[in-house]
Amino acid sequence: MKVLVAVKRVIDYNVKIRVKADHSDVDLTNVKMAMNPFCEIAVEEAVRLKEKGVATEVVAVSVGPKAAQEQLRTSLALGADRAIHIETDERVESLAVAKLLANVVDEEQPGLVILGKQAIDTDNNQTGQMLAALTNLPQGTFASEVVVDGDKLHVTREIDGGLQTIALTLPAIVTTDLRLNEPRYAKLPDIMKAKKKPMDVRTPADFGVEVASKVSLLKVESPAERKGGVKVASVDELIDKLKNEAKVL
Amino acid sequence: MSILVLADLHEGQLAGATAHVVAAAEAIGGDIDVLVAGEGVQAAAEAAAKLNGVTKVRVADNVVYAHQLAEPLSALLVELADDYTHVLASASTTGKNVLPRLAALKDVSQLSDIIAVDSADTFKRPIYAGNAIATVKSDDALKVITVRTTGFDAVSEGGSGSASIEAVDVVVENSQSSFVKEELAQSDRPELGGAKVVISGGRGMGNGENFKLLDGIADKLGAAIGASRAAVDAGFVPNDMQVGQTGKIVAPELYIAVGISGAIQHLAGMKDSKVIVAINKDDEAPIFQVADYGLVGDLFEILPELESNI
Repeated sequence: MKVLVAVKRVIDYNVKIRVKADHSDVDLTNVKMAMNPFCEIAVEEAVRLKEKGVATEVVAVSVGPKAAQEQLRTSLALGADRAIHIETDERVESLAVAKLLANVVDEEQPGLVILGKQAIDTDNNQTGQMLAALTNLPQGTFASEVVVDGDKLHVTREIDGGLQTIALTLPAIVTTDLRLNEPRYAKLPDIMKAKKKPMDVRTPADFGVEVASKVSLLKVESPAERKGGVKVASVDELIDKLKNEAKVL
Repeated sequence: MSILVLADLHEGQLAGATAHVVAAAEAIGGDIDVLVAGEGVQAAAEAAAKLNGVTKVRVADNVVYAHQLAEPLSALLVELADDYTHVLASASTTGKNVLPRLAALKDVSQLSDIIAVDSADTFKRPIYAGNAIATVKSDDALKVITVRTTGFDAVSEGGSGSASIEAVDVVVENSQSSFVKEELAQSDRPELGGAKVVISGGRGMGNGENFKLLDGIADKLGAAIGASRAAVDAGFVPNDMQVGQTGKIVAPELYIAVGISGAIQHLAGMKDSKVIVAINKDDEAPIFQVADYGLVGDLFEILPELESNI
């Protein structure tokens, strides 16, 4: 079974972001970028499926600027066999990403597609679900366990009240939650080998997909700052403040 | 303007989140219908009809909608969506699971986790773990939106049950997905998302056993108990207690963070709380930068004292 993994280049999760002075967007110049943490988990899961003999080939795909090839190289170093880069400098909304990925699914015919549940920049949590809709495949979102059982896929999902297990027909789309696995680190020899692995570079136009969205970003602002608080010296003082000053007890 | 709200259900009953989503729908303006889809959901439909602002409750009661699986539920919504300008759901795991699928089937974008309504087509939503607020405008004919419940005060119950209830006889096929099992965490405490007081423990709690130190305080305050991702990943407590970018978003009157350093991903889930209290032995911990009241010290001494003095 071929496994397709989608990865996104985002601002590193430790970075404290700055909003641009003209409020047009978040400032990404000279900021450390990395693979989206949920995508790392997706790559790890695909590689583990290959190590178990369930997956025969792992293909990593990314939509974004030329620099996104760094994250695809990382995927290759972690164990993906080849990569597809759909290059665009436009701001691509989830629906357009899903349309591009649907074209790749159509070409590659994978048995399973794994994506992260959300990107930590836009926090949308949409692409996997949209891809499932466009390819008319079942979806197992927010997965904390994935088990291939013959022609079925058992997915344990993290839901609000606890856990839910569903069975899906294959092929299927899965999005990863944090507890699915612990991603490995790429070793230097693997990073070197990854440079020789194939990378197919395409454009949205190759697939006839219009990237422009009907959603426009009007403004980006910093959230309201919280006022610096006070430190109290004792439990009694804390309770007194909560009762008489904040009036929440 | 006509708005369809997908009701949240919890074990077949109407969940509190629905009243917040109806409030967001009122901010948009127009007729508000609520769709209750599931199996054996008549009581939930009657509860939805009592919510102020609701014009009509539509009930799809069929075994195919049990457990609100994404494939049948989105197919049902596709059948109904043409009657509406907006489809709303809470940003619960069900809303997040189903609405993007509906949006793609209708070839429109989806707006996630809105916290404010500027107009019928312009909304505010947090990005980058809540460290920036984006104002976005949708020119799609159908707006598909998930609502962050902490951004909107719940509408009250009218009690009169003035909304009409009508059955939806659309039954879709689903051969792609099936329910296997569910493991729900049992608790007598208020639901984390809607609690007025939340007390959360982090890695500093040391182990799962020590979370019992929070029980007495939670009981006295009528609080829900939460946790940081570090505490969940360490196996101290189940993941549905997690507060943060990847867990639940809460905005209670009082949030007490115990042994939590205050990583960006945790702050994303609680920094809209009215009053934040931090208890931590590290006086440099970032949590103190957002806390209204900070107490530096050993939580194992502070918690019992707090419990007996409240």
